[in-house]
Amino acid sequence: MNTIIEVKGVSKAYGGVVANADISMTVEKGGITGLIGPNGSGKTTLFNSIVGYHPIDAGSIKFEGKEISKLPVQKIARLGLLRTFQQTRIYGAMNGVENMLISLPHRKMSFADTFGRNSTKDYEQADRLLEFVGLYEKRFLRAGSLSFGQQKLLEFAMALMNEPTGLLLDEPTAGINPTLINGLIDRLKRANTEFGITLFIIEHNMRVIMNMADKIYCLAHGQLLAEGTPEQIQHDQRVVDAYLGAH
Amino acid sequence: MSIKKIILYISILAFTSAAPFLFPDFRTQLATLWLMIIVALTWDMTGGQMGYNSLGNIFFYGTGMYVAAVTAIGLVYDVGDYTSAAGGGINDFTDTQYFTGIFLGSIAAGLFCAVTAVVIGYITFGLRGPYFAIGTLGVAIAAGELVSNWDWIGGGQGITLPVYPGDFDVGKLFFYFLFAGTGIVLFIFLKWLYSTRFGSAMNAIRDDEEKAEAMGIHTLRYKLTAWAMAAFFVGIVGAISGFQLISFEPLESAYQTINLGIFMVICVLLGGKGTLWGPVLGAILFHVFKEVTWNYFLGWQWVILGALIVVTVVYFQEGVIGWLMRRKPEWFGIRVESKDQAAAGAGE
Repeated sequence: MNTIIEVKGVSKAYGGVVANADISMTVEKGGITGLIGPNGSGKTTLFNSIVGYHPIDAGSIKFEGKEISKLPVQKIARLGLLRTFQQTRIYGAMNGVENMLISLPHRKMSFADTFGRNSTKDYEQADRLLEFVGLYEKRFLRAGSLSFGQQKLLEFAMALMNEPTGLLLDEPTAGINPTLINGLIDRLKRANTEFGITLFIIEHNMRVIMNMADKIYCLAHGQLLAEGTPEQIQHDQRVVDAYLGAH
Repeated sequence: MSIKKIILYISILAFTSAAPFLFPDFRTQLATLWLMIIVALTWDMTGGQMGYNSLGNIFFYGTGMYVAAVTAIGLVYDVGDYTSAAGGGINDFTDTQYFTGIFLGSIAAGLFCAVTAVVIGYITFGLRGPYFAIGTLGVAIAAGELVSNWDWIGGGQGITLPVYPGDFDVGKLFFYFLFAGTGIVLFIFLKWLYSTRFGSAMNAIRDDEEKAEAMGIHTLRYKLTAWAMAAFFVGIVGAISGFQLISFEPLESAYQTINLGIFMVICVLLGGKGTLWGPVLGAILFHVFKEVTWNYFLGWQWVILGALIVVTVVYFQEGVIGWLMRRKPEWFGIRVESKDQAAAGAGE
């Protein structure tokens, strides 16, 4: 396996608050990498830095060997690195199918293509992915009228529609009915194996992340606290302390 | 298309063609109605479909007027000589010169405005919400002031164009059909545009621009193209208006920010933002309302118009079509989940 995302010595401060200090980590191509840490440890800040949401103060971020730390959000998305939002973002006024169709990968279209209509193949793909996340029955409902959990699933399906190489998921199971979490874990794993999408996941639910990830990084107070396989992380005293507040 | 729709469109087309003959006294009014429909439809492209409320679209109207006039005059005379003569007798145009002028002038106006929209958009599309509205308004006001001080194109006096060669009433018909033709072409164009991926991308920018960016949509490219298309049509109707008015000046007729510049926004709000029929319906309602107040409440017309604007903006932002969409979503093929179903949870 080779590296797809390489973060090296990244620092980011908001005024005097250091959200990320000298963070280095790598995400292997084709795998599932986890990012954990207590609230306020800088996980979302790191995600935002990777996808170009804000400039970083120091360090370098590479995607498929290309330096992306100075690129804006759209350009990074067009390289095939997508993210979903912690506060789910979908197009509320459109229905499920429309949400899917607008997520077609524009980077693979010429400008002339955008003046065409969506093909039967596009509709089939939208239906297939909505079926995949279990929203097929609700595909013609206004997305804004769906429950939070359903919107989260829709956002995930939209990300898949975009055919990314790498996908950053910010707390994919937050707000989802506990009985459905197992189904979601299964779908995330299938997205990884069947669609070949590299996943990088922020997750608070330990059971979920321990079940999925090949490798886990743990942040605390803006610093990289530990890294390793799920077993190593589970038995790392520093991680346990950070979560229990002894740090 | 269903038979019902075909019949509907044919009857609208028939009525449009027959209207100036059925109501010969209202030919100029009907032409102005089409002007309102066109500026409302183009305003809705960015304001309704894309979520960028421009108050500066009137800039393209005025610029179109001037570009067309300069083109038409420039083909025959030296523009500086013509404007400084101002009624001094060198405004003789042959029929061919007149019609070539109006045709080439309109095309030039449309193209010039489209290019200007890209340039101005490149600067102003960095602004969001009210800042974009004020920024574009500033462009329109500044342009009016600049043109009033530019003697080569007549300065504050404006330009006097040649009169329609031929019968006065035929001239009215001529302008009516120029406006109506442009309006119909625009309507068909928009109906097609909103059905393409380009149309969905515009809606995505309106609903959540940050999400659209995060999904890799070329937001700036779509915004510039959409505004350029709108500017193209506004430029053309500005050009036609210039020839219809014969004599126009910069602040009151060309860059009329407080009249047509605001009217187009009210038309769209009244009819329903972000819909194809909303601006059309709104323009008709507004135009009728405006003519009635101007005729029967003279002296109070601005007060009444102001009251209409306040009521629309405060209590009726969704407009007629928007209100119908909320009350009768099934008429528009929109399905909304009931609360009970939503509570049943995700993904079953």
